[in-house]
Amino acid sequence: MEHTNAIELVGITKAFGTKVVANKNVSMELRQGEILALLGENGSGKTTLMNMIAGIYTPDQGKIYVRGQEVTIKSPIDAYSYHIGMIHQHFKLVDLFTAADNIILGEHFHAEPSDGQNKGAAFFKRAGKRLAFGWLKHNRVKQLQTIVDQYGFNIDLSRKIYDMSVSEKQTVEIIKALYRGAEILILDEPTAVLTPQEIDKLFAVLRRMRQDGKSIIIITHKLNEVMAISDRVCVLRKGEHIATVETAATTEKELTDMMVGQKIDLAIERKEPVNPKPRLIIKDMTALNKEGRLALDHVSFEINGGEILGIAGISGNGQRELLEGIAGLQPLVEGEAIFNNPKENKPVTFFHKDLKQIKRMAEEGFFHYPDGTRVSLKGFKNKEIVKLVNDEKILFYEDEVIDLKQKTPREIQELGIKLSFVPEDRLSMGLVGNMSIVDNMMLRGYRKGRSIFLNRRRPKQLADTIIKDLEVVTPSDMTPVRRLSGGNVQKILVGREISSSPKVLMAAYPVRGLDINSSYTIYNLLNAQKEKNVAVIFVGEDLDVLLALCDRILVLCGGKVSGVVDARKVTKEEIGLLMTTVPEEVQVYRYEQEQDKEEVPHD
Amino acid sequence: MSIFLAMIQEAIHYGMVFLFGSTGETLIEKSGHLNLGVPGIMCLGAVGGGLGAHWAHQAGAGAAGIMVVSLLMTILLAGAGGLLYGLFTITMRCNQNVTGLTLTTFGAGVLGFWGTQMSNKGITFTEPSRIAFTSPLFFSGEVPDNWFCQLFLSYGFLVYFAILIAIIAAVVLKHTRVGLSLRAVGENPAAADAAGINVIKYKYISCVVGAAIAGIGGTFFLMDASRGTPEYIIDAMGWLAVALVIFSLWRPAIGIAGSIVFGFLYRLPYNISALTVVTLADKELIKMIPYAVTALVLIVISFFNKRETQPPASLGVPYFREDR
Repeated sequence: MEHTNAIELVGITKAFGTKVVANKNVSMELRQGEILALLGENGSGKTTLMNMIAGIYTPDQGKIYVRGQEVTIKSPIDAYSYHIGMIHQHFKLVDLFTAADNIILGEHFHAEPSDGQNKGAAFFKRAGKRLAFGWLKHNRVKQLQTIVDQYGFNIDLSRKIYDMSVSEKQTVEIIKALYRGAEILILDEPTAVLTPQEIDKLFAVLRRMRQDGKSIIIITHKLNEVMAISDRVCVLRKGEHIATVETAATTEKELTDMMVGQKIDLAIERKEPVNPKPRLIIKDMTALNKEGRLALDHVSFEINGGEILGIAGISGNGQRELLEGIAGLQPLVEGEAIFNNPKENKPVTFFHKDLKQIKRMAEEGFFHYPDGTRVSLKGFKNKEIVKLVNDEKILFYEDEVIDLKQKTPREIQELGIKLSFVPEDRLSMGLVGNMSIVDNMMLRGYRKGRSIFLNRRRPKQLADTIIKDLEVVTPSDMTPVRRLSGGNVQKILVGREISSSPKVLMAAYPVRGLDINSSYTIYNLLNAQKEKNVAVIFVGEDLDVLLALCDRILVLCGGKVSGVVDARKVTKEEIGLLMTTVPEEVQVYRYEQEQDKEEVPHD
Repeated sequence: MSIFLAMIQEAIHYGMVFLFGSTGETLIEKSGHLNLGVPGIMCLGAVGGGLGAHWAHQAGAGAAGIMVVSLLMTILLAGAGGLLYGLFTITMRCNQNVTGLTLTTFGAGVLGFWGTQMSNKGITFTEPSRIAFTSPLFFSGEVPDNWFCQLFLSYGFLVYFAILIAIIAAVVLKHTRVGLSLRAVGENPAAADAAGINVIKYKYISCVVGAAIAGIGGTFFLMDASRGTPEYIIDAMGWLAVALVIFSLWRPAIGIAGSIVFGFLYRLPYNISALTVVTLADKELIKMIPYAVTALVLIVISFFNKRETQPPASLGVPYFREDR
């Protein structure tokens, strides 16, 4: 029995719909009493694979063996009956209950199956238990505490969940799994939400459980953790099993190579950036995430007009906070965002500036007449100034420097900094599901109207253009967005943001879940923006796309910039390493012509 | 003294209508369903209770027989209302508020229709009410004229039944695994589901059982509190029962005391005219007090901002396992 594998998967395949294959013919095994790390990029199918062991999904093909026996696991309850427990990334706990109540929740209160000797007594016992509705014993906390002490958890089970930190909640989940007799424990990215000290504690617990004979799978994409905790590593890439190796016999470099794979040529057209000038300068941006932990740690970089800056990083390393910080949606603890509004030789309008501002800026020498002489509005009457502005006789002398920290999200949008964020739930940000495509177009432009009644003519034109140009599949332009498929929703979102002729376009995961053709449509759109001298920020998961589409790539790791690299020269392995580690000395790649006048734009 | 005693007696009497309603509604809300159909369900219950009592009385049944048939019919009709509500909101995931309000309108309509039919035929319920419902449980004949007996032992069976059910509900919710599971379903159905609790089953059972209990409130009002004289205003009392759920902070045990307070306040406009002269307008004004008190309680709890005094976290949110 010693050599039996705790779990063995043979030829597991799982597809969602017809397009997305999450796991393709995966075979792996978990040995008794080991810690196996499951390593892979986002979307490599790690969680899906584990969910099939935990009974949340059922495989389309393939077999699962638990302790040498073939099993079908239909539900989490089934999984528990095979002594398999999974700790999900999103905890399934009732906030209002104490830890102890959460642990015993759902534990079946039926009497043990009768052994046939005394059926009558067993019946009465069962009936009695049912009639009593399973009386909660007041010493339950004490009983549970024995398990807790056994593994050295430091937690008070009589406390309510809503009082607990993330790490304590995780502990409760682990205790819950152990209490239900889990011998095989699966942890889905347990360290993503923990501080380094808490991670050390968790690892100590895992080691103690291994000593106790439990078999553990830990999903992660942090190489240092893999090296620290695991006995063996199983690497998945794009749903396929690449290799399973002994941790002691491998290196971080080797694992990265397996994780990212060979470079694939995607044949995305990429032109050299024309006249890149800094458009957005971010200095020391620091922000907290929703849980109050540091999500961005002194991030500094600049984006040029006419380039696509890729942002690479494992999800949850500050990408969202970075984009929201620029868009003004995320309060910054520290830092600056300077926007060089391209205005040179462009006329001043009253759309963004009022009369008072124009007078003040004229005094400071911001404007000139078309013939090149500086504007001085001294002694001019207000009426005359209004006429000059409306006749477009006053032009900007140079690009306008704007501190975004003093602007509201709406003002930032009006300046032309557009955020097109495609979150996991596509409809939660940017579009209103129950409104039609046309009405969703109006969400951006409704402030421009003067009448109290809606005028749908212009938004309708825009909607029709987007539907035609981006090949959106929809019954009509009045169809609620909710009814469209994910890819079409994304096209509408990206299309709308691009239509407002942005100066900075931030697109986060714009091709997530799209098929190849739609993805290329989006890439072409972004490239077209780049040619219009727009600064494009592209947050993506697929390294191949980042390498083929972007001009430079900024890599985030743990909320810090771990490098800014030239996308034409860098290799996937280099990016993979940057994604998992912050080097001591951060290399920042800039265009050569930029290097001499670096200090100029902000003062 | 005696007027005051009579007022408290009446408060307890009428309060039990609210207690049945709020105990039932609390059970339903604990499963995450805001059933605004409870007033209608109470109406349906009253129809069933009235019919049952009438039939049993016609057939010549005794006190116990009338009570049993009446309660069975109540549970049948009110339970059917609860099942209908469950079908719409649990299985079809319709909007809970709309479904509930529809059910209330429907129930009130059924009661009105049936009531008119009854009075057209000249049927009243005073006889079965006197035999089976209002006769004191602990004495045959007159209740001894001392304050203890008058205050505590002078009521019919259903008053004690109401308190018993509220206590059982409180104990089950707080001290048993079934209660723990039910609360988990109302707080976080996804967590309950992951823990192996059959969420749909729990929701259905609590909807039906809660509706049956609330329905008894309707029967109690028709047959006991109003002594069989058909006053078809049960839906108005149903709203107060819903208010009492909030007043009692979703705890049936607090509901017992709360129901007596509500009963007192509800009868105040009628009783106060016995003490002093009030105009009709003042009477209507006094009728608002229970609602005002509920609003006040809401304001007071909002100051404490404790998680324990909040409604079940997923109240009103349909549960759908695939919505991960």
